[in-house]
Amino acid sequence: MKPPPFAYHAPRDLVAAVRTLAEVGGKVLAGGQSLIPMLNMRLAAPEHLVDINRVAGLDEIEVTPAGVRVGATARHADVEAAGVHPLLTRALKLVAHPVIRNRGTVVGSLVHADPAAELPAVLALLDGRVRLARWDGDGVAVREVPAADFFVGPMESAVEPDEVAVSAFFPALAPGSGFAFEEVSRRHGDYALAGVCAVVTARSAKVACIGVGPVPVVVELGEAWSDWRAAAAVVRAATDPEGDIHASAAYRGHLVGVLAERALREAAREGAAARGA
Amino acid sequence: MEHEITLIVNGVPRRTGVPARRLLSDCLRHDLGLTGTHVGCEHGVCGCCTVLLDGRPVRSCLTFAVTVDGAEITTVEGLADADGGLSAVQRAFAECHGLQCGFCTPGFLCTVTALLRENPAPTEDEVIDGISGNLCRCTGYQNIVKAVHRAAELLAEEA
Ligand SMILES: Cc1cc2nc3c(=O)[nH]c(=O)nc-3n(C[C@H](O)[C@H](O)[C@H](O)COP(=O)(O)OP(=O)(O)OC[C@H]3O[C@@H](n4cnc5c(N)ncnc54)[C@H](O)[C@@H]3O)c2cc1C
Ligand code: FES
Ligand code: FES
Repeated sequence: MKPPPFAYHAPRDLVAAVRTLAEVGGKVLAGGQSLIPMLNMRLAAPEHLVDINRVAGLDEIEVTPAGVRVGATARHADVEAAGVHPLLTRALKLVAHPVIRNRGTVVGSLVHADPAAELPAVLALLDGRVRLARWDGDGVAVREVPAADFFVGPMESAVEPDEVAVSAFFPALAPGSGFAFEEVSRRHGDYALAGVCAVVTARSAKVACIGVGPVPVVVELGEAWSDWRAAAAVVRAATDPEGDIHASAAYRGHLVGVLAERALREAAREGAAARGA
Repeated sequence: MEHEITLIVNGVPRRTGVPARRLLSDCLRHDLGLTGTHVGCEHGVCGCCTVLLDGRPVRSCLTFAVTVDGAEITTVEGLADADGGLSAVQRAFAECHGLQCGFCTPGFLCTVTALLRENPAPTEDEVIDGISGNLCRCTGYQNIVKAVHRAAELLAEEA
């Protein structure tokens, strides 16, 4: 249970970080709360680690009326405490345990792209995006990847080996919308067996489901529904869960239906209250 | 390759050379001889390796020592008062029988010390959430939860 040897790089600024990554290859180390367990269990053995924890300016949380931009070294706990985006704050409380959240980063969680992770669902539901930087030979080249293209498969995001994710943008919720995040996990703080994040406005409903597909399953439900059970059946039909030692595919399918109905009802109720309806 | 690092451990600057792959838990235990920090699972699940990093509880088994070069670390050895008297949290654990074999205890003590600094009067739910990342295989959680509330009382009385 000890990590394999690697060469360590601790760049102080973004230019040095992307140059180093371009030169040596290897992996980016952010909060280490997913990468270090994988190293300890010898599931990964990169020759180089580029530690971005000392890169200046990457820990910023920038709030505008359009939404929240979270820098790559902003910890789950800091973003949660900032309380700048109610849906993101809600989802963060479901991520691991408080102690893990003191180190783990929001951006790291997106790049890691665990199919049961909460934050990818939030980014996907809100149509957020991730900003990636790489060294193109003369300078830093930046691209923005929308959530719909960012999550490629289980534990696989659109980040290329020579890219550093510098920030993620979570669009603000429209006024008068309600939201909810419902999940079931074996123990509090564990990865969810299944979960559903929902946003409901006066005229639309949309959910993103976790643990029931290779990437967050986003379902646009369109016009407001009066029968949330019927809406939940649509959500369930859109998912394709797999079974593992923790839960069978059938159980996950059942769960996602139940959780979708619960989340949609709760989001609808909250949205109606916000609109004074 | 060895990296020269300095950690301020329990208020004392400690200089040591470590390979990049040295976990903070192993650095504390093997390089600095502070074996109070225990190691159970080495993948972030059990919580017994929890120490305070610049005042915040973190998993020392999921942190490289080189990453935290220059930081302040508090381990269980640093929780007692300067004169060696047990801290309020430590006394509460002893008083409430919040430990049995003691393997998980250093992690609980560090976690709870930080929890009560942030939230001096936690509710039952806040206590349970606060210690949800720490596993105890023998005492059971009833007495540990009791100890957290008792520690809050002791801290309030002594404030
Ligand atoms: C006990 C335990 C329980 C957990 N439970 C949950 C849970 O319920 N839900 C959940 O969502 N997560 C959970 N996690 C994972 C936690 O949220 C991680 O912090 C997160 O997934 C990864 O963030 P990190 O900053 O620690 O990334 P790291 O571990 O540092 O990196 C993870 C991966 O992403 C890459 N990476 C990270 N940042 C960047 C970047 N800026 N640019 C390019 N590549 C990057 C790394 O190279 C690596 O491949 C749990 C972890 C533990 C240990
Ligand atoms: S040894 Fe670190 S969490 Fe178990
Ligand atoms: S006291 Fe023995 S494991 Fe907790």
